[in-house]
Amino acid sequence: MPKRPGINKVLLIGSGPIEIGQAAEFDYSGSQACRAFREKGVEVVLVNSNPATIMTDPEMADSVYIEPLTSESLTEIIRKENPDGIAAGLGAQTGLNLTAELSEKGILDKYDVEVLGTPIDTIYKAEDREKFRDMMNRIGEDIARSEAVNSIDEAEKVAKKLGLPVIIRPAYTLGGSGGGVATTYKELEEIVERGLTLSRINQVLVEESVLGWKEFEYEVMRDRNDTCLTVVNMENFDPMGIHTGESIVTAPSQTLSDYDHQRMRTSAIEIIRELGIEGGCNIQFAFNTETGEYKVVEVNPRVSRSSALASKATGYPIARVAAKINIGLNLDEIPNDVTKETPASFEPTVDYTVVKIPRWPFDKFHNVDRSLTTQMKATGEVMSIGRTLEEAFQKAIRSLDIGEIGLNPNQRRVFEKDEVEEYLETPTDMRLFAIYDALRNDYTLEEISKTTDIDEFMLQKIKNIYEREKDIKTDWKSNLKQAKRDGFTDKQISNLAGVDRKTIRKEQEDQGIKTTYKMVDTCAAEFKAETPYYYSSYEDESESIREDEEDNREKVLILGAGPIRIGQGIEFDYCCVHSVNALEEENIESLIVNNNPETVSTDYDTSDKLFFDPLTLDDVVNIIEEEEPDGVMVQFGGQTSVNLAVPLKEELEKRDDLETEVYGTSPEMMDMAEDRDRFSSLLDELGISQPESRIASSKQEAKEAAGEIGYPLLVRPSYVLGGRAMEIVHEEDELEEYMEEAVKVSPDHPILIDRFIEDGIEIDVDAVCDGEDVLVGGIMEHIEEAGVHSGDSACVIPPQSISEEKIEEIKEHVKDISLALNAVGLVNIQMAIKDGEIYILEANPRSSRTIPYVSKATGIPLAKLAAKTMVGKSLEELGYTETPEIDHVAVKEVVLPFDKLLGVDPVLGPEMKSTGEVMGIDYDFGKAYYKAEIAANNEIPTEGKVVLSIRDTDKPKIVPIAKKLEKHGFELLGTKGTAEYLQKKDININQVNKVSEGSPHIVDKIREEEIDLVINTPTSGKKPKRDGYKIRRAVVNLKTPYITNIQAAKAASNAIEAIKEGEIITKSINEHQEKIEGIKNE
Amino acid sequence: MIEEICCKKFGIFMKDAILALEDGTTIEGKGFGKEGISKGELVFATPYTGYEEAMTDPSYRGQLLMFTYPLIGNYGISYEHMQSDTIQTDGVVVREVCLDPNHRNSKTDIESFLKEHNKRGISEIDTRKLTTRTRRRGTVKASMMVGETDKEKAIEVAKNLPDITERQLIEKVTTQEPYRMKGDGPRIALIDTGVKQNILNNLKRKGFDLFVYPLNTSPLKVEGCDPDAIFVTNGPGDPKNAENAIEIVQHFVGEIPIFGICFGLQIISLALGAETYKLKFGHRGANQPVKDHEKDIVYITAQNHGFAVDENSLEDTGLEVIQTNPNDNTVEGVRDDYLDILTVQYHPEACPGPKDVEEKFFGKVRKILEG
Repeated sequence: MPKRPGINKVLLIGSGPIEIGQAAEFDYSGSQACRAFREKGVEVVLVNSNPATIMTDPEMADSVYIEPLTSESLTEIIRKENPDGIAAGLGAQTGLNLTAELSEKGILDKYDVEVLGTPIDTIYKAEDREKFRDMMNRIGEDIARSEAVNSIDEAEKVAKKLGLPVIIRPAYTLGGSGGGVATTYKELEEIVERGLTLSRINQVLVEESVLGWKEFEYEVMRDRNDTCLTVVNMENFDPMGIHTGESIVTAPSQTLSDYDHQRMRTSAIEIIRELGIEGGCNIQFAFNTETGEYKVVEVNPRVSRSSALASKATGYPIARVAAKINIGLNLDEIPNDVTKETPASFEPTVDYTVVKIPRWPFDKFHNVDRSLTTQMKATGEVMSIGRTLEEAFQKAIRSLDIGEIGLNPNQRRVFEKDEVEEYLETPTDMRLFAIYDALRNDYTLEEISKTTDIDEFMLQKIKNIYEREKDIKTDWKSNLKQAKRDGFTDKQISNLAGVDRKTIRKEQEDQGIKTTYKMVDTCAAEFKAETPYYYSSYEDESESIREDEEDNREKVLILGAGPIRIGQGIEFDYCCVHSVNALEEENIESLIVNNNPETVSTDYDTSDKLFFDPLTLDDVVNIIEEEEPDGVMVQFGGQTSVNLAVPLKEELEKRDDLETEVYGTSPEMMDMAEDRDRFSSLLDELGISQPESRIASSKQEAKEAAGEIGYPLLVRPSYVLGGRAMEIVHEEDELEEYMEEAVKVSPDHPILIDRFIEDGIEIDVDAVCDGEDVLVGGIMEHIEEAGVHSGDSACVIPPQSISEEKIEEIKEHVKDISLALNAVGLVNIQMAIKDGEIYILEANPRSSRTIPYVSKATGIPLAKLAAKTMVGKSLEELGYTETPEIDHVAVKEVVLPFDKLLGVDPVLGPEMKSTGEVMGIDYDFGKAYYKAEIAANNEIPTEGKVVLSIRDTDKPKIVPIAKKLEKHGFELLGTKGTAEYLQKKDININQVNKVSEGSPHIVDKIREEEIDLVINTPTSGKKPKRDGYKIRRAVVNLKTPYITNIQAAKAASNAIEAIKEGEIITKSINEHQEKIEGIKNE
Repeated sequence: MIEEICCKKFGIFMKDAILALEDGTTIEGKGFGKEGISKGELVFATPYTGYEEAMTDPSYRGQLLMFTYPLIGNYGISYEHMQSDTIQTDGVVVREVCLDPNHRNSKTDIESFLKEHNKRGISEIDTRKLTTRTRRRGTVKASMMVGETDKEKAIEVAKNLPDITERQLIEKVTTQEPYRMKGDGPRIALIDTGVKQNILNNLKRKGFDLFVYPLNTSPLKVEGCDPDAIFVTNGPGDPKNAENAIEIVQHFVGEIPIFGICFGLQIISLALGAETYKLKFGHRGANQPVKDHEKDIVYITAQNHGFAVDENSLEDTGLEVIQTNPNDNTVEGVRDDYLDILTVQYHPEACPGPKDVEEKFFGKVRKILEG
């Protein structure tokens, strides 16, 4: 049967910004779905607020809307586009929730939109815990005993019945958000309160604990004819009680007998049949290893993080197949893209093992609770493929890019005998390492397993790695082959054996040990596969260079971006994918190496060849040896690939046997831009200003420097990248505090002291340079003041408060600096303007996280142009010389993870904390900003009560804002100082107690949900005991809209005004871009 | 010559071993199980669980069984899921063998299990390379030498092994004496060409009164138990060598219903005048699709066969093809409503593999017999 008639236009809902619990996987599944639909002639209308995604490229769908994911904006889009169907199960939990909401509001009926794949009723069955339980009982599947409750009292009653500990699971939330394990009644109260607030239907499930059982997952597919299959099963390394997204996972299962496996597989198929899903579904089981019992834990009636992992782990494209099923095809009518000749109606099998390890953001936060529970905290994950499990574990660890190249400590903390037990007991991001340290302290596997509930089989694998290290130390030569097969790199062997890499390479050659590349083919080599998807191994035969291969094209290897983390989001994957596309357009063979299973770049049909491997020097050089590419592109993969630039260049220069070159801006120049002294003199030569700065090696020197420059100052250690431990200090006390508490300053580790440009406007520019010409792609004005990390700042294109003259000056500076750096490719420059003077803060000749946003706003494909200049094209040849004028306004806003990370002060500063971003686009700033805020889930109320608690320095600036709010009918409340100040300015405002002034105080009011918006600008300092901190934590926990800086407050008041006085315009990005003048139409 | 002490640590075996192919290729590996030499047709199987079931499946007689999944032995041996009372495959070929299994039902590890049954295996082999080779060039005869590594001798053994079509393997796996598994339901005469335990279990569960006969039983003797149906099972080697079974089917066809699984389908087809042929490398997996053309649905099935029925040759037999494999369009199920024949090429009883069609198939058998 071909495609169903009557389904000619499909609405696809994206997943919005990258958040904890929802990373790039939905860009991958959404992009696949777009292609799958369009191949069958179905028109696609795509809505996503996240501009950093590939799926929101205008060419991905027939109409792409970068609009907030709310039922209001979707209703408008449905009205305008009139789709035949909505693909609910392909767009994350957000998509399911919105579909349910649109159905409840009657919108789907009104516009005759059919829900494809996952029936509405199924969404309720899977998400409403009570309905779920009834369904499972009906088909005879065992689940943990549980009851759904709507209040804390009820929760306590249920907990008494079931006995503590209990698991709390809120209905309809993402990544287990708001859930947790309660071991005391006090914890129960806290978790239930939070869970009820977060649940869309104010419901949480109190569930009997199966802590310590093992967790397994099955990915299941079903079509209209009722053909069902499982794609793969996955085994969690960590036991129940840790969210599967927080758990180390292996695929396929390692410790199940066929009998165990088939029972759960059969259940999984029964369940998808009962749910009536036509598409894909994820089912989680708890398994008791002592009795063989199992219980169904959870069902996700949609594509998910796990389905992305399963797709990458097997080569079976779940989202793509689900999309085809959605429009009426059956599994045996869909070809298996990998083999071409066989259909998708089979179960993939693998001849390797896969390990996934989550990537946590704990390195970015002080005071954060690192324990792993049922609520997700990870921002991303890495996947590795090995022929042995030991190899897969080691590859995954070095893919994490956390400074560790194995289990043997490099930079990480070493757990001593007396703390090992504690770190085994409480699961954290460090537990894998604690296991290793326990082994070093002579713990037995049995002891470790008893404390951790981790299977001894898995622990044995860790032990094998530990034992192999000892062998390498004793006699590395005779253990070399086994070491390689167990995943040790030259660097690791070099560290352990005390020999240099060159000697190891030589010995490898003598022993005939070679890195081989094996194929991921869905079928364990049973059929010939066409997909160029490889992983490294140490075997007899390599498959990546085919005998019949006759490709004389130029060949370029692109280094990917690794796992999603704070500071390194999906934007860099976007850049990598665009560079692949650019190479394709230039008829150049593209190879990509990356290890993030969630991304589009690791889709097997993105590049000509995909290498799923870690991004370390050893791993990359191995690929270069095998493939002998002409060039390597290092500037697209963010910090991960940029960090490899210099060592890779050095290695390539040393090697006579390799002719591969680093393409684009030279690594020396990339490095030079990071070197303060050299970069400073370059700016001096160009006659461009920069903030005054000093380096201090002692407290005394720091004080002297501060005296010379004058406060406020931006201070940071010289040896940490990415804004870590960076702070703004306003007076000497704070400077002293910083130097005593935050950093240990010494002559080896000096600190950098810059003048902080207070009240300046911060500007970000993305440009492309071909070595001769420079194209300024976009100039972004930050909404927050300088001092907030540029990655955390909302910004706007075009700038709203900078004169034409200054814009020209900015462009000139960008050109001068780019050319002075001999840049070829992308350049990002950050500046601040104060009193008419432009100061350069930073220049980076590489991709930046704003590239996709700028490209969406202006229509210029910056990353593609950059890749083309790197293979020798000039901007003139490419037809891009002028910065285009746009008549719309595009605002980027960021999404912060504070609701997922307890204990962290939700305030912005020089250290980046955001996980993702959204874009709002309209025809004036207020409306665009409004859309961006709504999209970022920062509700902007248009009526109600506003609480103001403003620090002294900001008080004069709050006056016009307060007046505007008053004018638009808001009731104002203020803490003592703020209220008194504003009353003097003739503003009608009532006083409310600070927390320290006693109840009823401001936090009580927030708790009672009387407040619609909180504006609280913090006094500086990191001590989280202040009143402001309590307010901010309360609003985050209760999801009350809040603003923590004056510029954002101003923008919000403008937005409120714009909304009250004008109408929002919903237009696709395709329509917006068509109107841009001067943009080349290809 | 032979290392007495094997180092179990890290799954490495000190015993040297080689695998030799009939074309003169030899591959060095590490041996486990009993020292000595084994020979057989080298075949690959793709499931990632179920090695205990597979190794004891009589259909693997005469073959060296290579697992494509690189870690074998992870959950040990339970003895609970054996498909016959011994290890049937002549040897196993793996990438890595796990000697530290951890599972509640594990009684021993795979190496001890092999030793117990005087069988052997070879590990540290690039099994993917060998699988790719098999896919490209077809199955080959091979030998495996553990403890002693005389390449010339090993190649010689592989070369001198008769082709699988010429080997009489069924006699090694069929029951020596007829026996009965009493039940209250209809009576089935089962011709044991190497029946898997779970086929017997399923028939027993359905309440059939089972009479199990060795291959060389005469049709008249079978008639003696007054069966309501004949059931022909799985088995090793070329179905054309199961002459007696073919004869029995011919004797009863049209008289009473005839059912078959795997080898059984081929025997029944041969009995009705169709042809069988050797597949290039066979189907051995737990992931094989079977399209049911009547219900328009695809089942995921367990399969283990190196021969298939030629669809064209079925034309004049009256047998109707009801199921095929979407991967290569080979015959997976045939039926004759008039003659009451129902037989499938795959393994509804699984073990190892998915049980999606277990109840469907055995339920149907029961239904047909109850009219």
